[in-house]
Amino acid sequence: MGIIKAKNLIYNYIKRDEEEKVEEVNEAVKDVSLDIEAGQFVAVLGHNGSGKSTLAKHMNALLLPSEGTVWIGGMDTKDDDSLLEVRRTAGMVFQNPDNQIIASVVEEDVGFGPENMGVPTDEIWRRVDECLKAVGMTAYRRSSPDRLSGGQKQRVAIAGVMAMEPKCIVLDEPTAMLDPNGRREVIRTVRELNKKKGITVILITHYMEEVIHADRIYVMDEGEIAMEGTPEEIFGRVDELKALRLDVPQVTELAHGLRKKGVPLSPCILDVEELVGELVGIRKQRTAQ
Amino acid sequence: MMRDITLGQYYPVQSPVHKLDPRTKLFGTLVLIVALFVADNVYCYGAAALFLFGIIAASKVPVGHIVKGLKPVLFLLVFSAAFNLFLTPGEELVHFWIFTITKEGLVRAGMMAVRLTFLVMGTSLLTFTTTPNQLTDGLERSLRFLNVVHVPVHEIAMIMSIALRFIPILVEETDKIMKAQMARGADFETGGLIKKAKAMIPLLVPLFISAFRRASDLALAMEARCYHGGEGRTKMKPLKYRTADRLAYLILLAFPTGVVLLRVLL
Repeated sequence: MGIIKAKNLIYNYIKRDEEEKVEEVNEAVKDVSLDIEAGQFVAVLGHNGSGKSTLAKHMNALLLPSEGTVWIGGMDTKDDDSLLEVRRTAGMVFQNPDNQIIASVVEEDVGFGPENMGVPTDEIWRRVDECLKAVGMTAYRRSSPDRLSGGQKQRVAIAGVMAMEPKCIVLDEPTAMLDPNGRREVIRTVRELNKKKGITVILITHYMEEVIHADRIYVMDEGEIAMEGTPEEIFGRVDELKALRLDVPQVTELAHGLRKKGVPLSPCILDVEELVGELVGIRKQRTAQ
Repeated sequence: MMRDITLGQYYPVQSPVHKLDPRTKLFGTLVLIVALFVADNVYCYGAAALFLFGIIAASKVPVGHIVKGLKPVLFLLVFSAAFNLFLTPGEELVHFWIFTITKEGLVRAGMMAVRLTFLVMGTSLLTFTTTPNQLTDGLERSLRFLNVVHVPVHEIAMIMSIALRFIPILVEETDKIMKAQMARGADFETGGLIKKAKAMIPLLVPLFISAFRRASDLALAMEARCYHGGEGRTKMKPLKYRTADRLAYLILLAFPTGVVLLRVLL
């Protein structure tokens, strides 16, 4: 069993009227099963309302399944006694950077999680130093979060989760409110944590460029897992992705169009360099003939 | 509009007063307030002035900056001084129309003005030299005894520090909503008081909605980071008394004793 495992997970948002009678049931997640190995970088893609955020909230026991089971590090999230342990195992970073920073000094915010867990003072300081360094925010440790850019705030939020020393981090659209620079900053930070510290990362997003380095991608639609595979496998199926209302990176789309017209490109091209490399190779071949 | 509030904002310099434990400073402020109400002659006020200006000098906060903080309470100051000036019976000095100024009134008005000025200066000095976080920490620690009577001290302190954290965010948001509405023809500037107040309604409704949304997001984020109340919580920056604090306590005990002696003896 992997670090995060879901079996037949169903979650319904229930709308009730004034007399507490069920007025409407909205199935946000329908029968999702997945198994994520420790140390992986997993991306969950989906357009708005596909149920990906609802799924993410199950990985931190912020939501409990209506039916089915979620295990985090072998613990059932429905078990009340292991609630704090579950949240310690899987940390969560949210979309809005302003609404998840609690303290008015950067270093104190990073220390908030360990404080809640009852970590001794010296150990808190060690963790805060280490985590701020890991996300490259040591220079701002005494600043007020209000003075930081969106990307920097999000890095502080990541450090705050890291300080709890989780085995995995779930990022729920961490870049949705950021500018392109901030987005790159955050994604780079997350990738480094995954590579250098071996932390399992679950990145929820609707930007496809952010998932090209993932080990595995799940594509969600209408509360179900519509596609699953490595980036190469997923991005080769451009037409299907478009049918699921996802933006395919321009380069990939261009390559896909060229291939349709008979240019012998490989099925999955994810960045400009790759495309240029292949095109140059093809031209060399042709001039050689 | 809310950006230039000087009253109660941290003034970041390095000074012995800044470095004191917030509990010491809270106690000091309390001592000053009590002493000012005990004081009733010039010598007592002289001692208070010595005490206050001594601390101001040690705090390295410019006196001008502190005096600026008096502006919002100027009206109150003039009002209460005027009351004392005209309504104290005694030896008549000047008389015109229905107003009489007496010698006693003059003295009391002067004392009242000095008392209020010192009070505001002293309390704002506390917030100038203490960050909001230290202040809430200090309050939480020194009011901990109230836990016995089931006052949720930790929770109140947490609410306070979160409120402080969100003030700049909400101010910025107010600004944004205001501009968005002005762009669509809303008028916040002209008209009488009632018209202006009515114009604020379309501003307050979205502001409240967004504040509630933020609150719900924040609660989720706090829960995700294992927040479960004050129980079993440790501190990253625990409060600790040092030698300077012990010294300060000596001064803080000597000062009111001096004031009481001055009052009784002179």
